[in-house]
Amino acid sequence: MSAGAGVSRPGEIVTIVADGRELRVAAGMSVAAALLGSGVWSFRRSVSGEGRAPLCGMGVCFECRVTIDGVPHRRACLVPVMDGLQVATTSRDVA
Amino acid sequence: MSARDAEVLEADVVVIGAGPAGIAAAARIAETGRRVVLLDESPAVGGQIWRHRPGSPPPAAARRWIARLERSGATLLCGVSVVDLYQAQEAGRFVVAAERGPAPCVIHASSLVLATGARERFLPFPGWTLPGVIGVGGAQALLKSGLSFAQKRVVIAGSGPLLLPVAAALAGDGARVALVAEQAPRDAVMRFASSLWRRPSALAQAVRYRAGFLRTPYKTGTWVTSARGDGRLEEVTLTDGHTARTIACDVLCSAYGLVPNTQLARLLGCEIARGAVVVDERQQTSRPRIYSVGETTGIGGVDLALVEGKIAALCVIGREADARRLYRRRTALRTLADAMEVAFAPRAELRDVATPDTIVCRCEDVALGVIDAGWTMRQAKLYTRAGMGPCQGRVCGAALEFLFGWPADAVRVPAEPALLSTILADAGNVAAGPLHQGVFQ
Repeated sequence: MSAGAGVSRPGEIVTIVADGRELRVAAGMSVAAALLGSGVWSFRRSVSGEGRAPLCGMGVCFECRVTIDGVPHRRACLVPVMDGLQVATTSRDVA
Repeated sequence: MSARDAEVLEADVVVIGAGPAGIAAAARIAETGRRVVLLDESPAVGGQIWRHRPGSPPPAAARRWIARLERSGATLLCGVSVVDLYQAQEAGRFVVAAERGPAPCVIHASSLVLATGARERFLPFPGWTLPGVIGVGGAQALLKSGLSFAQKRVVIAGSGPLLLPVAAALAGDGARVALVAEQAPRDAVMRFASSLWRRPSALAQAVRYRAGFLRTPYKTGTWVTSARGDGRLEEVTLTDGHTARTIACDVLCSAYGLVPNTQLARLLGCEIARGAVVVDERQQTSRPRIYSVGETTGIGGVDLALVEGKIAALCVIGREADARRLYRRRTALRTLADAMEVAFAPRAELRDVATPDTIVCRCEDVALGVIDAGWTMRQAKLYTRAGMGPCQGRVCGAALEFLFGWPADAVRVPAEPALLSTILADAGNVAAGPLHQGVFQ
């Protein structure tokens, strides 16, 4: 049986880069939790220009979608943090 | 790109969804030596209920079942999204086209077990799209994903038994929970609580959860009418039907119970009734060799999910006499689930909180005012794009069903947004001659 990703050692700290900012976060967190916990309150801009953030936390609503390691539209709530992970929100021109 | 470029796995049974129901089914079938592949979209096994904070152990029942799954020989694939699902004409084998990370992945199997769980029912109100407004289970999921709510001012407002454990968990994390508001009237909640006398463990659990946020008022017959803030949530207004009350907060957790995830069952053409997958006493859907277990067949909780998973497994492996011994327990648990559905049904007043400006479809930013109550879901999609965004109506579908009584529209492939390489790999398979249910409905 193959293990799922994200089974890092508890207590370990990893560094991810979000919109050019280095964030030190606990291993095992989701990217969504890491961003919210670091004060990122807008993950994407909606069709009409509103800033949006996670709603469902479980991969249903797609409100948390960001670019991760160059792949767009990844659901931040379903991706575990990993050292060196690059995240780009699409909300920088929103408050 | 052809299907040859996709990773191809051969299995006897594919189980989709690695929550309690899927784990129970997969483990029990794999223990007989059959080749079982268990898929889940999440990075880890356990579903929503057995998800746990990084570094903290899962609950005891989860540990037992996950250990049993590991011993069973089932192949667990996490981080896999199902994009398409159909029965090949030739030999009647099922084809599951999926995306594993960015790579296409195809699995062939003789039987399917759908254990795709449930999602929250979100009902729109002015301000519900503001960052800071999250689901009730959504808050729990984010907490279990490592987010801290310490010192956050939180209001929990929605419906169902889930409000209690989430309030207790957030308070335990150091959140300042100002109010827990249950929309159901007090007498309905009390009737439900007193029906729990037959299940003292559930009652004791409810009491324990309530003890976890004793300093916070729990108000029945109270619901959110609006949320406000500049770019993010700042305050929420609630009403009990007579008096409005505004509370300053950082986080509002709001959802109205759970709805079964039936997309894959619908894609396969399985019969659906009252929003859930219809199954016979063997947990088989209206289509042969497709089984459905857990919340997909109706919201019933972890104990019912485990029993249904076991029953489906025993029927798949031809031990129906053993399966029949579990029917009584399943009936008892379903009775409780039915009582819950009645007690926490969303009240009619919730249809009036959204204004014409309120966004209903968050993917396409479709406001309530442009939707005509005389339409069908299909017309709403075609005329306004409601339900056509990345979530494919998983959020607005349940809201529109509640607001206008519209049943869900047909599911189309891809079942989830997918990379072109995945779709092309799937198209390679389709060209090989499947009996496809989804595309031209």
